[in-house]
Amino acid sequence: MSSPRTLFAIGMTGLTFLAAAIALLILVAILSYVVINGGSRVSLDLFTQLPPVAVIKTGGGFGNALIGTLMTVMIAVLLSVPFGILAAIYLSEFGRETLFSSIVDFLTNVLSGVPSIVVGVFAYGVIVTKTGFSLKLGFSAIAGGVALAVLMLPIVVRTAAEALESVPNDVRQAAIGLGATQFQTVFRIVLPAAIPSITTGVMLAVARAAGETAPLILTTLFGYSWINSLIAPPTPTLSVLVFNFATGPSRNQQQLAWAASLILVALVLITSLLSRLAIRRKV
Amino acid sequence: MSAATGNPSSAISQRSATSKTLDTGFILLTRIFAAGVGILLLWIAIIVGIQAIPAIQTFGLGFITSSTWNPVKDIYGAWPHVYGTLVSASIALLLALPVGVGVALFLSEDFLPARIQNILVFVLELLAAIPSVVYGFWGIVVLIPTMRYVGGLLNRTLGWLPLFALPPGQTEVTGPGMHVAGVVLAIMILPIIAAISRDALISVAPELRQAALGLGATRWETILKIMLPAASSGIVGGTMLALGRALGETMAVTMVIGNAKAASTSVLLPASTIASLLANEFAEADGLQLSSLMYTALILFGLTLLVNVLAEVIVRRFRQI
Amino acid sequence: MSSDTKSSSPTETVLKTENASVYYGNFRALQGISLDIPKQQITALIGPSGCGKSTLLRCYNRLNDLVKGFRVEGKISYHGQDLYAPEIDPVELRRRIGMVFQKPNPFPKSIYDNIAFGPRLVGYKGDMDDLVERSLKQSALWDEVKDKLKQNGAALSGGQQQRLCIARAIAVQPDVILMDEPCSALDPISTLRIEDLLQELKQHYTIIIVTHNMQQASRVSDMTAFFNVEMTEKGGRVGHLVEYSETQRIFQSPTEKSTQEYVSGRFG
Repeated sequence: MSSPRTLFAIGMTGLTFLAAAIALLILVAILSYVVINGGSRVSLDLFTQLPPVAVIKTGGGFGNALIGTLMTVMIAVLLSVPFGILAAIYLSEFGRETLFSSIVDFLTNVLSGVPSIVVGVFAYGVIVTKTGFSLKLGFSAIAGGVALAVLMLPIVVRTAAEALESVPNDVRQAAIGLGATQFQTVFRIVLPAAIPSITTGVMLAVARAAGETAPLILTTLFGYSWINSLIAPPTPTLSVLVFNFATGPSRNQQQLAWAASLILVALVLITSLLSRLAIRRKV
Repeated sequence: MSAATGNPSSAISQRSATSKTLDTGFILLTRIFAAGVGILLLWIAIIVGIQAIPAIQTFGLGFITSSTWNPVKDIYGAWPHVYGTLVSASIALLLALPVGVGVALFLSEDFLPARIQNILVFVLELLAAIPSVVYGFWGIVVLIPTMRYVGGLLNRTLGWLPLFALPPGQTEVTGPGMHVAGVVLAIMILPIIAAISRDALISVAPELRQAALGLGATRWETILKIMLPAASSGIVGGTMLALGRALGETMAVTMVIGNAKAASTSVLLPASTIASLLANEFAEADGLQLSSLMYTALILFGLTLLVNVLAEVIVRRFRQI
Repeated sequence: MSSDTKSSSPTETVLKTENASVYYGNFRALQGISLDIPKQQITALIGPSGCGKSTLLRCYNRLNDLVKGFRVEGKISYHGQDLYAPEIDPVELRRRIGMVFQKPNPFPKSIYDNIAFGPRLVGYKGDMDDLVERSLKQSALWDEVKDKLKQNGAALSGGQQQRLCIARAIAVQPDVILMDEPCSALDPISTLRIEDLLQELKQHYTIIIVTHNMQQASRVSDMTAFFNVEMTEKGGRVGHLVEYSETQRIFQSPTEKSTQEYVSGRFG
């Protein structure tokens, strides 16, 4: 009955729906595995106990890895947020529509495309290694934090610049008209107005950084004991724990890896939801 | 009214030197940090490059095409890993491109109400945000068994092609391998392709579509003959960005590729990429082996830099239009 | 109204403009302007769009400095000091010459903090609560907001926001207040309130107001300057001052034909 033309249209529309269904299905498949396998292991022990070695069949937690993740991410935030916001202030307040700022903008995007493992190699070269132009600190939380900071930096620069640019120009003019200096205009008016959006951007960057693994296996290593130094091993983290325990044979360790995956996924899920709500409220 | 009168003094007072220095200093400071982003990129290249020097001096450019990776004899060549990097990324593109463009069409056409489209946008956002290591773990548990079956099917039907062949004596696909890595990578780059293609499709001028529909073209004729060609530079740019991501992706690939030391034509066999090599050997390496790893990292850096710069140029061009 | 409030003593010139031309890059926006602004009076700048009246206004507090390629030739002086002399700090100047903008632009802060912003910049040592109260009373906003000083300034109505912006400008106790079409975004009732307010304010401040609305100029100002656009040989548009006199003269017996046409609403 139908002409070839309509059959073709139905077929193509069907393929489009199939593509959308595939994307949805993959997400559901991943989330359900993480939630079911990780959820069964959630208890207070996770946060207070140390990871079990492979021969121990039950129990244990990843209190030390949780602290390690918090520490490395905190270091990364302390390094990348001031750096990124200052660069963003230049892009949005002083360098708008200059060649210099469009080059910086370009390089920011290129930096965000550098593979995380290469960033790990870089952090190894400037912090860990005992030769050359290095701080020679060895495997440490600092080294991991530096690597994560490099990965966070382009996200912070981009979101902060967007947030600052969305502050209306009227308000800047009002401040300058009252005799505010550039410094006062930025720090008393523009930046405070942009802080909510910048916070959202930093939260997204933090969630990404917490899940990063590749640069950490080159810079922090792993460990089964509590962390006692910022500049010495061991610095276990949740993401490296997932890698180590997922690839090992111990059933107990694999369960812990699922639980750690659940925490990392919950972190990105919650921050994504929060940022959506924040955007919706603003509009 | 107890009025504040206008200050009768007319002289313009001088601002303190500190205040002026603060202002110019502050602008300079932000400029320095802005430049810092570029300097950081350069610094990464220098640090990786310097540490690669011993290996570059020992093996030269032949490093890229040499297939030996032997820590015992201290002879290194990157070919299996370069090959694995390129092939796994190609498989990923091949699989993700049609699905990604399909999703982009779903999101830019009005097949379903905007609310449902928004859910899918959020789905893509989450797919992009799930940590690589979680993809890898899920890949081990779910994808490897699934792909063993799919791989077996491919081998039985298309096994006469070297691409889907198994070595003599091996009748079943064992598990990890290039094909699993390709599928994991495809999932991971799908959101990038879909999001940028959607932006490109949405930014096509509505007059073009109306003109086509007005001439009697059906929706799909309009999409295939007008919309997709008009959005092609954006789609290509997004695909390039996805390629850059696939080339450098580490954890998920390392966990499912099997980490073989040799390159094989068949995609059903274990393989290795530069990133997975680094993840596996870096922490325990030293001397020439470490320098050779740095050399491979430098190759990866150069490769992704090239792809990303090209992608950025293409995407910028379509954003400007 | 305008004539009887005029002071009888010889008026002092606050801002003196002598043969000033304004450029944005190669584009000339204003040509050969000479104009004296008298102390504690209201001077209105009127004329069709693109005649450069706002540009001139922004020269007086050097707000144009932020525009790339901006340059002024000729001389503008403030109490005899050359405004564009290198030793003049535009930041300090703007603390003496305040500005109220076309669109109300309160900071996204509380009403109190909006007013206190300027005084805090200069490290005001006095009683801030008192200053906020006085500024709000002077701008006739106090009674409406005295119970909600902690509320966000953006929550006020448009007319209230504009009076808040006026209060914010006078809180730094300036000498001159520049107003760039301050009522164009407001309803007629809010407009009238602000016009009444201007009469109060001119007892203490020198006011220059740019307005599109000729009725407003005739209602509120003592002096009026009429600007017009003319085409140059190259096809560009440049603004120039046609006529400057007491408001009554401009509206009742202008010397120039184009002024006559403009004030009687025949163009623009």
